[in-house]
Parts: sequence; structure tokens; C-alpha cells
Amino acid sequence: MSSDPVDDAVGRWTERDLPVEGRVLEVVRAPATVLSSVGADVDPADPDVVQLAADLVATMRVSPGCVGLAAPQVGVGSRVFCVDVSAHPKTRSHHGTFVLCNAEVVQSSRNEKAREGCMSVPDLTGDVKRATRVVVAGVLPVTGERVQIEADAFEARALQHEIDHCDGLLFLDRVAGAHAIHARKTYL
Amino acid sequence: MTAVSLHAITVLGHDRPGIIAETTRALAGLGLNIEDSTMTLLRGHFAMMLICAGEASSGDIEHALSALTEDGSLTVSVREVPEEPEHAALGTTYVLTVHGGDRAGIVSTLVGEVARVGGNITDLTTRLSGDLYVLAAEVDLPAEVDADALQAQLRSAGDDLGVGVALRRMESDEL
Repeated sequence: MSSDPVDDAVGRWTERDLPVEGRVLEVVRAPATVLSSVGADVDPADPDVVQLAADLVATMRVSPGCVGLAAPQVGVGSRVFCVDVSAHPKTRSHHGTFVLCNAEVVQSSRNEKAREGCMSVPDLTGDVKRATRVVVAGVLPVTGERVQIEADAFEARALQHEIDHCDGLLFLDRVAGAHAIHARKTYL
Repeated sequence: MTAVSLHAITVLGHDRPGIIAETTRALAGLGLNIEDSTMTLLRGHFAMMLICAGEASSGDIEHALSALTEDGSLTVSVREVPEEPEHAALGTTYVLTVHGGDRAGIVSTLVGEVARVGGNITDLTTRLSGDLYVLAAEVDLPAEVDADALQAQLRSAGDDLGVGVALRRMESDEL
């Protein structure tokens, strides 16, 4: 993976860097208000935020096919999410498992349309155009280390989807047209 | 010899395999051309609309489709319609999306805001999924309409209804 645009600090990060055990939380579903509310910036060293980081990873791990989970999806209106696309077939490069706080997209390019699902909208999928190359800035939990990662392909899509959650947006807010929302036919 | 005319045909009712095959076989048997058509399931109900061109009369078409309605599970309507000029998009096309808790009046309130500024909805789907109500529409806005102002109006109406509203410019790539 030498040519992959992987940030070292993020690529090395694992949930073992968190000093607490994650708990599996219930995933909330639309139309819950928290999913449509803009999340608050957090202090990455706050013990509640560290626990939330661990809980997000633990909940993602037990959810089949889940490649990312944002705080609003477990009922918390904060700008925290986890991502792990390492096992997904559409992944090109990736940073393994990581949690980012207060993240934002600082650069994006090369839009492509693809069909997305979401654990908070379990019965629908939608065609959404997103950048396939992004630069995302954020901070790691616990240390508060400021990181900037370059992501491509499926990891770029996952990051944009999770950052949208932190901004109170669902994929439903970005579908490409009147016929771009579909009933889900297969469940993972 | 009869002149070519256009007919609007709808087929609605209980879904089962073969409805489209039977409908189109009957239409082909009358020498009709299917110009535009759409078919979907609405809450499990079969729903198809077609515009057909040909020399058959409404009566001929109704007769050819009568087998579909025999057991009472489907209704068919046939009506002659005039040629409509294909109008070019008014101005710019936007995608309107709405999602939130199901309640009465979501669609009527929001499309009312669109109509108030002269926006033309060219495609619309709504879906109820559990408690979640979702609307996606394509809207042509005349050039003089301030889309940001309309978005603000729609958001404000959406807030009152407890639903999220987004109005985004439709992206299309010319290749």
C-alpha cells in the first residue's frame, strides 16, 4: 500500500488507542430529530467524547455491512464519527478503523454517482453523487491530534456520508432526482 | 382510413406477474406504438400509464384490454388525448427532497410553495417507509425565480411541518 494516500497517524490508529471499552448502542432511525440537527463541536479529550468514540466503533463492529457510524445515529448531536471501509469491495485505499471529531471536507473532486444505504434509513437506498477524492481535516479523540487525510473511492464516500450526518443531513437530502430513492431489496 | 391518434391508458390494481405482457400484447395487436410509459408499484398496487399512438379507437382499445378487468382485480382507463408540444425546461431544474415524520399536508403545503412562484414539477415520487415520509421531486424554476428565497420559504414551511427540506440544483453532465 506504499502508494496509498494514507495519513500515518490515522492509518496507525485503532480502537485499542481508546482507554475505555465500547458499548453497543441502539441505532436511531429517521425521522428522529437528532438526525436532522447540526451536531455540536466537541472537545476530543472529554471523557464523554472518548466513550462515545469507543461506543461508535463497538456499534459499527456488530452491525453487518456497516462501514461508518456518526454520533447522531446513536442519538448524540455531536460532530464525531467512525469509519472502517477496509473490508468493503469498493474500497481502493483506506485508513483502517478511525474516529474523527469536528471533521470537515476541505477539498473534493471527481464526482461519481452511486447507490447508498444507511442504518438510520434501513428500508431505502438512494443514488447520490459524491466526490471520489477528498481531503478531510479533523482531530483524533483522546489526543486531539489534528489530522488531515486524503481519501479516495469508497472511503471518500463514507467520509462524506458521515460528515453529512454530523451536519444533520441524510443521503435523502442529496439524492440525484425524483427516481433516485429506492426500496431496499437486499439487507446485509 | 382512420387517422393516427394518441391515447392515454392507465392500468391499476392488484399486482401479479404478466400484467405488462398482457397489456402490451393487446396494444401491439391493434398496431399501437407505445410512446412514453411508466410503471411502478404504489404501496404494492400495480400502476401503469402509457401514451400510445395508432389508428385504433378508444373503444377498440378498451375491448382489447377487457380481459384484464374481467376478474375485478384491475381497472383500465382509455382516453384520447391531443398531441402536447414538448416544452423545453422553463429555466433551471432543481431537485426538491423532503423527509420527516408522516403527517397530513406535507406534499400539499410544499408543492403549494413551488406553485406560488410559478415552478413546474416535472417528476415526483413520494414514499412512506415505516414512520418516515420521503418526497423527491424535479422542479423547473423560471429564470426570474430566486431559488435561495424559495428554499428559505420551503425550509420555513418544512419547519412548521417538522420535516427537513432541501432544494438543490439538478446536476447533469453533458458528454
